[in-house]
Amino acid sequence: MTIMTDSVSGTSGPARDIRTTNNAVAIDMVGVNKWFGAFHVLRDIDLRVMRGERIVICGPSGSGKSTLLRCINRLESWQRGRVTVDGVELTEDLKLIDAVRSEVGMVFQQFNLFPHLTVLENCTLAPIWVRGMPRKEAEAVAHHYLERVRIPEQAAKYPAQLSGGQQQRVAIARALCMQPKIMLFDEPTSALDPEMVKEVLDTMVGLAMDGMTMLVVSHEMGFARQVATRVVFMDVGQIVEVSEPEPFFSNPQHERTKAFLSQILR
Amino acid sequence: MSAAFVRQQLIDPKTPPLLSVGIPAWLREKLFSSIFNAVVTLLSVVVLVALIWPAVKFMLIDAVWQGTSRTDCLAETVGRPVGACWPFIAAKFGQFMYGFYPGDQVWRVNLTYAIGVALLVPLMIPRVPYKGVNALLFFGVFPFFAFFLLVGDVFSLPHVETRMWGGLLITLVISFVGVIGSLPIGIVLALGRRSSLPLVRWFCILFIEIWRGVPLITVLFFATYMLPFFLPENWAFDPLARVLLGVVLFAGAYMAEVVRGGLQAIPRGQYEAAMALGLGYWRMMTFVILPQALKLVIPSMVNSFIALFKDTTLVLVVAIFDLLGQLRAAFADPNWATPVTLLTGFAFAGLIYFAISFAISRYALYVERRLSTDLVR
Repeated sequence: MTIMTDSVSGTSGPARDIRTTNNAVAIDMVGVNKWFGAFHVLRDIDLRVMRGERIVICGPSGSGKSTLLRCINRLESWQRGRVTVDGVELTEDLKLIDAVRSEVGMVFQQFNLFPHLTVLENCTLAPIWVRGMPRKEAEAVAHHYLERVRIPEQAAKYPAQLSGGQQQRVAIARALCMQPKIMLFDEPTSALDPEMVKEVLDTMVGLAMDGMTMLVVSHEMGFARQVATRVVFMDVGQIVEVSEPEPFFSNPQHERTKAFLSQILR
Repeated sequence: MSAAFVRQQLIDPKTPPLLSVGIPAWLREKLFSSIFNAVVTLLSVVVLVALIWPAVKFMLIDAVWQGTSRTDCLAETVGRPVGACWPFIAAKFGQFMYGFYPGDQVWRVNLTYAIGVALLVPLMIPRVPYKGVNALLFFGVFPFFAFFLLVGDVFSLPHVETRMWGGLLITLVISFVGVIGSLPIGIVLALGRRSSLPLVRWFCILFIEIWRGVPLITVLFFATYMLPFFLPENWAFDPLARVLLGVVLFAGAYMAEVVRGGLQAIPRGQYEAAMALGLGYWRMMTFVILPQALKLVIPSMVNSFIALFKDTTLVLVVAIFDLLGQLRAAFADPNWATPVTLLTGFAFAGLIYFAISFAISRYALYVERRLSTDLVR
């Protein structure tokens, strides 16, 4: 597929042009198996994500969607199989893991902003201490992305002073400040009041338009229809069905998928 | 079908009824809201007066303010019941403050205090700039400076053996070193106890449990009387230094458990968010986890510090004379043997201990409020 440039903001800002990276495959999971004790939570996961793709992962709770996502930046380890991110295979090597994590942004269901730091400090912490960016420059980057998620005026506030939707947008900006190659979203709108879901989804759509490689665990089917290149349906720890949004919603193949969609698309 | 109710105009906020605000409202609500509450209020007043009045009477009204010897503080001489004998404190003041630190060298102690205060006060006031430099000077440079200034033997300052130190000087030295030394040790042990490396974890658990399982008195005895037997001859170091080492390790073990409590209260999501950004273990701990954990445990930390400050009096058992030790030594002076000497001395020591402990506690409360970013709005 074609990779779009920074089309929404249209600025020459600090965003790195995604075309400069040379790996066509962003994420490659091969035969990944994971157990929590005796519980087989991920079973033979094979998933290859190309650069610029937007994957939406859905499925019933307990199906292993979040666990799969968290394997990509090794917040979870696995017992069997291989995960390669941007050409780097994840091993036990902590240095390597940190290097991969700094290229992979993550947004959590519960935002997980650092409550003792201001919005601006939340955004500059990692660029300064992981990238070694000078503070002034890091702040410029942070302002750029706060503007992009449309809350530049909240920079001096603490997370507790913001609404849920604003907090989640700060969390997105915080991840973007590391100028990641890949963004992971773990149910980013599930903890939000209904009124705030849209502002977060709009931000994510904007990001998708810019050609960001995204993996999104979500039940926002409207979002999936609008931006996903592929939809992954998971159940009991395995990938049950993968297809493009149009056929996925109009003509699901597997019985489990049909049952799931009939439950959530009323 | 039409709606059953549709509001035509939204209600604007109004001011509250008069009687629910201000001092009368506060009195009524907090002190006299019911008969039971009113009785408790009055009883409390009675108890407070019954406690405070004798203290005021002893320390101020009946007190003897001037004199040169015990006779000035005897009821027969004064001709009325006698309260505190302040001339006793005045006569022994130097001893209470400095122990047997040579009189012509006492300026060194005072200079140490002055510099300590000069560095500490700006550190404690949030508005003063250059906190980083200030903290480095106070925590990093000041201890060494104080050490050389107090011990001497450099810059043609005569050597003052630690045997000669005493009184409040000893109390403050032990407390300061205990507090400054125990916090980093406590943090390292707490992190180690939660480490994923079994050897590190086991070592930390063993260390903490051994030190917590032993009374401070035992530690002091061991450090003073037994440690020299275990060390090679030429390793023998200063008795006060041995005590300081014991106090620091002892307090460090307690601090470790306090810090661990804070670490456990930090949600997993904070660790995950920090890790997901690529912050390694130490940066995650330094910038994300510890600032939050330590903030949470300020009350228990201050509790430990105050306990440590008061526990320093235990060094008396190893023949180091802190404030209380000097006090007891002074009681033995026949020149000042009166019925009120003991009470006066303890009142004086009590005031000092209370003033310092209370100040620490109030300042900590202020810091705690200032640092709370979770609920500001």
